Amino acid sequence: MESMALWKRILILLICGWGIVAAIPNLFYGRVERHNDAVAAIEAAGGVATPEQEAARAEWPGFLPSALMNLGLDLRGGAHLLAEVKVEDVYKSRMDSLWPEVRDALRPLRDQVGAVRRAPSPDDVLRVTLENPAGMPAAIEAVRALGSSVMSLTGIGQSTLDVTAEGNDIVVRLSDAEKQATDQRTIQQSLEIIRRRVDEAGTREPTIQRQGEDRILIQVPGIGSAQELKALIGQTAKLSFNAVVSRTTDAGASPGARNVLLPSMDEPGIYYIVEDAPVVSGEDLVDAQPSFDQNGRPAVSFRFDTTGARKFGDYTAANIGAPFAIVLDGEVISAPVIQSHIPGGSGIITGNFSVEESTRLAVLLRAGALPAEMTFLEERTIGPELGQDSIDAGRAAALIGMIAVIAYMIASYGMFGVFANIALAINVALIVAVLSAIGATLTLPGIAGIVLTMGMAVDANVLIFERMREELRSGSNPRRAMQQGFDRAFSAIMDSNVTGLLTALIMFWLGSGPVRGFAVTLGLGILTSMFTAVYVTRLIVETYLDWKRPKTIVV
Amino acid sequence: MAWRLRLVPEKTNIDFFKIQWVTFGASVAAMLLSLVLIFTMGLNFGIDFRGGTTIRTESTNAVDVGAYRQALQGLDLGDVSITEVFDPSFAENQHVAMIRLSAKEGDESVTPETIAEVEAALQQIDPSISFPAVESVGPKVSQELITSALLAVLAGSAGILFYVWVRFEWQFAVGTVAALIHDVLVTVGIFVLFQIKFDLTIVAALLTILGYSVNDTVVIFDRLRENLAKYKQMPLRDMMNLTANETLSRTIMTATTTFLSLMALFIFGGDVIRGFVFAMLLGVVLGTYSTLYMAKNIVLMLGVDRGDKPKKSVKSDFADVDA
Repeated sequence: MESMALWKRILILLICGWGIVAAIPNLFYGRVERHNDAVAAIEAAGGVATPEQEAARAEWPGFLPSALMNLGLDLRGGAHLLAEVKVEDVYKSRMDSLWPEVRDALRPLRDQVGAVRRAPSPDDVLRVTLENPAGMPAAIEAVRALGSSVMSLTGIGQSTLDVTAEGNDIVVRLSDAEKQATDQRTIQQSLEIIRRRVDEAGTREPTIQRQGEDRILIQVPGIGSAQELKALIGQTAKLSFNAVVSRTTDAGASPGARNVLLPSMDEPGIYYIVEDAPVVSGEDLVDAQPSFDQNGRPAVSFRFDTTGARKFGDYTAANIGAPFAIVLDGEVISAPVIQSHIPGGSGIITGNFSVEESTRLAVLLRAGALPAEMTFLEERTIGPELGQDSIDAGRAAALIGMIAVIAYMIASYGMFGVFANIALAINVALIVAVLSAIGATLTLPGIAGIVLTMGMAVDANVLIFERMREELRSGSNPRRAMQQGFDRAFSAIMDSNVTGLLTALIMFWLGSGPVRGFAVTLGLGILTSMFTAVYVTRLIVETYLDWKRPKTIVV
Repeated sequence: MAWRLRLVPEKTNIDFFKIQWVTFGASVAAMLLSLVLIFTMGLNFGIDFRGGTTIRTESTNAVDVGAYRQALQGLDLGDVSITEVFDPSFAENQHVAMIRLSAKEGDESVTPETIAEVEAALQQIDPSISFPAVESVGPKVSQELITSALLAVLAGSAGILFYVWVRFEWQFAVGTVAALIHDVLVTVGIFVLFQIKFDLTIVAALLTILGYSVNDTVVIFDRLRENLAKYKQMPLRDMMNLTANETLSRTIMTATTTFLSLMALFIFGGDVIRGFVFAMLLGVVLGTYSTLYMAKNIVLMLGVDRGDKPKKSVKSDFADVDA
C-alpha cells in the first residue's frame, strides 16, 4: 500500500499552518484594526508618528500577519446608496454649447442661408431654422464639419454629430455612438468625483463601484446615516459666476433672451435674473477652503487657475459698481457688488453658512462638480449598535453550532470523529484566512454561510467514514479500508460539491450586497472543506495508522 | 465494539417504494397547494421586492403599536405596518419594532424628509427611541430585483440540470430537478402560509436549498450508478432500495449536522437573519425527504436504460457524455 508522498504531506501541513496563522488576527479584531490604522497613518505622514499612533502600532506585533476580513455594512454599521446618474443631462449641455459654434459656422454662409435662429426643441436636440432653405445642403455640410470622430472602441469612424434636414430646420443630435461614449464618460467622471468627495470626508474603506449601465453603488461604513452621505455626494455642486441683470420678487418674471431667473438661496421670495453664460465657472477653480469673512462669519475662500483669474480680472475691471451673482446648483448664494478690479484670481464666498456647511461646500468645490444629476434608488442605514448585536449573535451561534457538530461527530465516529473535527477547525480557519487575504467582506449572511459550511463540511467525512465502515464489514484490513473509503467516496464528494459550487457561483454572479457575501463564504467553504475533508483527514488517519499500526479499527 | 451514536441501524432494509403513491401524491398535493397559496394569498414581499421603507426602532420602553400608529397617522404615509420584534438575545429593556412604509410613486426611494418626519413623530411619544436601521428601496430597483432573483433560481436549476445530465443520465437529471422544484416550491408555500417576510436573503436561502438538495440526491445517484455496474441482474426497484439503504446512514448523518448548525443560528443568530435560516432549515428537511421519496421515484418511473455495458446505453442519445 502506498502512503502519501512526503512533499504532499509537507504541502498540506504548510497550507494548514498558513491558514491558522493568517486567521489569528481576526480573533483580535479591534487591536489589529487600530494597529493597521496607525501604520497607514504613520506611512501617510511620512514616517512621523504621534505617541497615540505609536501606542496603537505597538498593540499588534509587526511580524505577525495583519490582514483582516472587512466587515460589511450590516455588521459595522454605515450607509448604502444606489444612485442612478441622469446621463441625458449631459446631452443638453452639449447641445447648448454647440449652438454658438453652429451659429459661427453658418455666418460665412449668410448669403446662401440667410439669418439663422435656434428653434425650441427637446433637450437632446439642437434645431436651427434657416431663413433661406435653398442653402440647406451647404449649411448641413458646414454643421457636419463641426463633428469629429467618436473616441471609443466601438464607435470608431463614426461622427459625433447626427445632422439632418427637416423642412427649413437643421436638426442636430449626438450620434448613437457618441451618446454611448458620452454616457461612459459621464459615469466615469461621476464615479471619480464621488470617490474624491467621500475620500475628502475621510471615511474608512468606502466601496464605490459602477453597477449596470448608469448606476453607482456607494457603501460607506461608519458614516452616521444615508442622509448624511447623500448630502455629501448628492449635490451637483456646479458653481458659476454670472452677470446680474436685475433683482426681482416676481417668481414668474420673464428673464428675456439668454438670461435665466434664479432663486436666492437665503432670501426667500427674492429672485435674480442673470446672464445664462457664466463669466467664470467652477471648472476654473484650483482650490477652495473653509474660512471666515471679516465679520467672523463662516465663508469659503477660493482661487482660480490662470485662465479663470484672467477672465475674472477682466470682468471685474470692466464692471466696477455692477453686481454679479455667485450661483451654486441653480441658486444664487450671494450677489455682491464689484467694489474694485480683482486681479489676483482669488476671492471669498459669503452667505448664510454654518461652519459645517462652509466646510462641506469647500469639499464639494475642491472635488469638482458632478457632470449630471443623480437620483437615489435605494438607501440603507445600519446603526453600529445593530451591527455589533449581529456580530455577537453570529459569533454565539457559530460557537454553539460548532460545539454541537463536534459533539455529534465524536458520538457517531469516536476517534475518527475527532479527526474530522480537527479538519473542521482547520476548515474554518482556512475560510477566515482566505477571506482576510483577499480582503473579502464578511456580512451577516456570510456568517450564516460559515455556520452552514460547518454543518455541510463534515458531509465529505461522513461519506468517507461510512465507506470505511462498509469496507471493514466486508473484511478489509484497516489500511485497505481507509484507502478504499477515501477513493470510492471521492466521486460522490466531487459531484455533490460541484453542484454546490455551481449555485454559489450563480449567487455571486446575480446577487448583490449581502447575498454576494453569502455566496463568497459558501463557495469558499465548499472549496476549503473539500481540501480539509479529503487531504487533511487522510493525512491524519494515515499518520495514525502508521504510528499505531492497529490490527483492527472501529470507525 | 466501541459505543457509537447511531440514528440509523447498521443494516436497514426499508422499502422506500412501498408507500410511493402516498408520498408521491402528498408531494404533488403539497406542490399544488403551494402554487394555489402563492397565487391566492401571495407572498409577504419585503421592501427589496416591492419597494418602500423599513425603519427599525429600539427603545427602553415597551413597544405600544397603537401609540406608534397614532403618532404616524397625520403624516400621509400611505400604507404603514408596525410589528413588534421579539428575540431571546434582546436585553431586558430592549424593545424593538419594525415599521414598514409603502413605496410612493416614481423611481426614487423615500425622501429623507419623510423619514425625518416619522422619526420626529415617534420621538415625541417615546423620547428614548432610536433608529438602528433605516432601509429604503425605490420601486424601480425592486422590480429589477424580482427579475434577477427569479433568474438566479432558474439559472441555478438549469445549471444543476445540465451538470447532472452530463455526469449521469437524463432520467437522473429530470428526477433531481423535480426534487428541487418540489423543495423550493413547498418552502415558498410555507412562507406564504405563515406570511413570513420574503426578501432578497430568502432567495439566497432558496439557492442554498437547491445546492443542498442536489448534493443529497447526487450522492445517492452516484451510488446507484456504481451498483448498476455491480449488480447487472437486480431489478431497478430493488437496486434503488438497496442503494438508498446503503446511503441512508450518511443521508441522515449529514442532515443532522447541517440541521444542528442551522438550529444554533436559528435560536441564537438574532432576528435579522431568522427568516433566512428558517428557509434553510425547511430546505434541509424537505431536501432529505425529496431525496428519499421524490428523485428516485421519478427515475424509477422513467426507467433507466441498462444495456450490457451500463451507462453506455445504445438507445439513449444523451448518456455517452458521461466521464
